[in-house]
Amino acid sequence: MNDTVLQKLQSTFGNAVIESGEFRGELTVVIAKDRIVDVCRFLKEDPGLRYDLLADLCGLDMYTPVKRFGIVYNLYSLQNKHRIRLKTFVDEEDPHVASVTTVWGTANWHERETYDMFGIVFDGHPDLRRIYMPDEFDFHPLRKDFPLMGIPGSIPLPKK
Amino acid sequence: MGLEKALGDALMLTRLDDAINWCRKNSLFPMPMGISCCAIEMMAFAGPRFDASRFGSEVFRFSPRQADVMIVAGTTTYKMARVVRKIYDQMPDPKWVIAMGACTSSGGMYRTYSVVQGIDLFLPVDIYVAGCPPRPDNLLNALIHLQKKVQRGESRGSSTSIIGDLPRREPALMQTAV
Repeated sequence: MNDTVLQKLQSTFGNAVIESGEFRGELTVVIAKDRIVDVCRFLKEDPGLRYDLLADLCGLDMYTPVKRFGIVYNLYSLQNKHRIRLKTFVDEEDPHVASVTTVWGTANWHERETYDMFGIVFDGHPDLRRIYMPDEFDFHPLRKDFPLMGIPGSIPLPKK
Repeated sequence: MGLEKALGDALMLTRLDDAINWCRKNSLFPMPMGISCCAIEMMAFAGPRFDASRFGSEVFRFSPRQADVMIVAGTTTYKMARVVRKIYDQMPDPKWVIAMGACTSSGGMYRTYSVVQGIDLFLPVDIYVAGCPPRPDNLLNALIHLQKKVQRGESRGSSTSIIGDLPRREPALMQTAV
């Protein structure tokens, strides 16, 4: 099944499939950032694949000058009982990627979480607000350069 | 007092404050601020097995306006802190706070940016209860201890006590209130 998916992706998207790898029988495909929505829609709507469940969407901080942040899409096909993982990377100066909320509605909250924790901006998201941290908070806690105990005074406490 | 001797067992003389405090301590209505897992032990404390009603404290009030003691049971995040404070402010005086469990008292195992390192940074706490979570017996112990404070007329954190062994907090790790 992994080979079929990879071949389909490569024949349809060509250069947009940057890299692929397999670990313990699970396929991971790295996709060019500007084609991610097309790839997702294809994977969902192709009658032989039908990856209709976005199991999870999360962020990565590689802490490198280029391609610092990654976005990981874990997909599941109910029809084929098969999982694949998509990855795409963005630079620190331009942490923008297109939203996949138009493909899977469930991406809404996942993308809000990723925005909150990593500061990755999902263009086209209907309601990109913070989901965990207070709205007026200025930082992104899961970035590697954020101190574990936080920035003192960054979240006001009520007066005693 | 000579007067009591003259009147016999029919009458007991006391100060009005003492009488009111005696009434208060035997009818402490808790406000269950059950934020996380400690709340399960708090429910056991109120239930028939541990039976807080033996101490007049079985009436959990979900409206802060009818409560005397707030049991903060669980990890308090910065985002939740303002809610806890708002509920505390709605309670009528005199009022008391029990910080139940390690997280509430000191941040516990959550040495992290999102968790308040002890609710005493924004609330006056009367009793800290150690444990993760504390046994319901331990919370009963705290309640009995609180009753002594109430009888003495102490409230709003004018004297604090610790039930059990709480680890010391490192001041450098605590964020300060702004």
